[in-house]
Amino acid sequence: MGATTLRGTSRHDWMALAVRHRVLLSAVFLLVFPMLMPFKAIAVNILIYGLFAVGFNMLYGYLGLLSFGHAALFGGGAYACGIVMTRFGLPWWLGVIAAIGAGALIAAVMGGLAVRTRGIYFAMVTLALAQCVFYLAYQAGGVTGGENGLRGIVLEHIGPLDFLDPVTRYYVVAAFVVAALFALSRILASPFGAAMEALRENEARARACGFDVRTTRWLAFVLSGAFCGLAGAMQALHLGIVPIEMLSYQTSGTVVMMALLGGMGTFFGPFVGAGLFLLLENIVSLYTVHWQLLVGGVFIACVLFFPRGVWGTLLHALNRA
Amino acid sequence: MEGITLDLLALQIFTGLALGAIYVLMALGMSLLFGMLTVVNFAHGAFYMVGAYVAVALLGLGANFWVCLFFAPILVGLLGMLVERVLIRPLYGRGIDYPLLLTFGLSYVMIEAVRILFGTTGISFDTPDVLVGAADIGIGYFPIYRLFVIGVAAAAVLGLWLFLERTPYGLIIRAGARDPQIVRILGIDVGRVWLVVFGIGTGLAALAGMLAAPLQGASPEMGDSVLAIAFVVTVVGGMGSLLGAVLAGLLVGVVVSLASLFAPEMAQVSIFALMAVVLIIRPQGFFGRAGLMS
Repeated sequence: MGATTLRGTSRHDWMALAVRHRVLLSAVFLLVFPMLMPFKAIAVNILIYGLFAVGFNMLYGYLGLLSFGHAALFGGGAYACGIVMTRFGLPWWLGVIAAIGAGALIAAVMGGLAVRTRGIYFAMVTLALAQCVFYLAYQAGGVTGGENGLRGIVLEHIGPLDFLDPVTRYYVVAAFVVAALFALSRILASPFGAAMEALRENEARARACGFDVRTTRWLAFVLSGAFCGLAGAMQALHLGIVPIEMLSYQTSGTVVMMALLGGMGTFFGPFVGAGLFLLLENIVSLYTVHWQLLVGGVFIACVLFFPRGVWGTLLHALNRA
Repeated sequence: MEGITLDLLALQIFTGLALGAIYVLMALGMSLLFGMLTVVNFAHGAFYMVGAYVAVALLGLGANFWVCLFFAPILVGLLGMLVERVLIRPLYGRGIDYPLLLTFGLSYVMIEAVRILFGTTGISFDTPDVLVGAADIGIGYFPIYRLFVIGVAAAAVLGLWLFLERTPYGLIIRAGARDPQIVRILGIDVGRVWLVVFGIGTGLAALAGMLAAPLQGASPEMGDSVLAIAFVVTVVGGMGSLLGAVLAGLLVGVVVSLASLFAPEMAQVSIFALMAVVLIIRPQGFFGRAGLMS
């Protein structure tokens, strides 16, 4: 959501107000969301993948860096959380902290290499490095469970809350998501957020203004990794296992599709994209196992005809009206 | 590390060259598409896979291996040209990310279409009788089929080089890569040039897939891991450089092959370690033009 130009019309006032309170609006929506959903089981999935897409969108939507390696951050977070809980027997909240740290750490290494390249190389290098993480996890079977995934992550109670109850589980995850959105909003509103936007809009000018391009990109990658690591931890707690596929190339691709479907560079778009993607997947797979055919087709159509995504197109129409 | 003799090492390097030959064909196609059209083809692995399956289908129709070798790349090249005309063309001038994203979506469609047509399980692919067995190459016995792969790849590279450097068509393609606008002013339909280039690039991927099929069988997902390796080769060799693609492809093949001799569990990881080292020392790759980076 870029800066809205105020022309004194009431609609634009409303838009500006909505932008200012974007975290609150998102939180309210996420609170009532389970009541609107026909398929309650996937509400938690939408939350988790939405958060993952938020982390991805931070890099592509706000900085213009297209990463095809975000599975390593998401999966890395999930493995960190799972390993801390199953191998060390530590409480779940330490697992979540470890996941955020692991996401940021993997991002720091991947980003450190990837920001040395520019533009089109970025997608290729991040993809290749994520494959590297996949093979490392695959080979380190003693710690990660290898091909079978990491099993036995058990979380039944959080204080008085019953984590096994789907509705309670949804609101626990939602609390983390809202906290993450609050952090993201603060980052975007900070001078660092302004530097990110400056870089996306005109790199040469930003460089001339004295911004350190490489460090800004690297830092954004690390922050994105922290968000994706948190999403990974939520997924590990939700599933109770970490399948090795979380690190796969397909996972990286899924988040790219979700973010584009929703709307790149919009605050709430990633959740819209995750929701649409998962609903599409769930509904189509009721009728055929070949749901990827349709998902791929929808994505192609989206690239060709709606590059702003569903939420982005909606916002664009509202802003122009 | 007992039992590793110089001969064994040499044989392993040769095995690496055969593997590298397939990577070279993949990376050449990618490099060509990027150098000429600035399209990063994320469906390149899918075209590789389709190449193997077109050969499977042709064999099913009663064609022999040699007919497949000739027609599979041509048929897939035609498919590539159709894709360029219908899907990629509307995206020229809309930023470099769009063709990339589109071809990514396309790879899903292609993989799923193959699953529908041929099933989800892999299909074994017989080596033709003439190429079965091993030949003494002075340092030991080496599978004939792998020698054949190296030979075909070398012929394809030579053919491509002659086409680009020694024919009037090649001249137009190179000029189109350097400055499409001037080429257009000179009265040449650049759109048609790009169409042909897309056909050649995807045809090369299909040739690689078809050559790989007897070594590892054909499966709908066979292109996924090769895509990542093709990216590594392109990054190491330098995007848009044909010489870079050849040298880096062979190097990556040899590195994988040697790693699987000394530390089999690190074979896959070694590819990416190589890329990391190159990125640190020389981010633009061996022969990358610095201009393409910015």
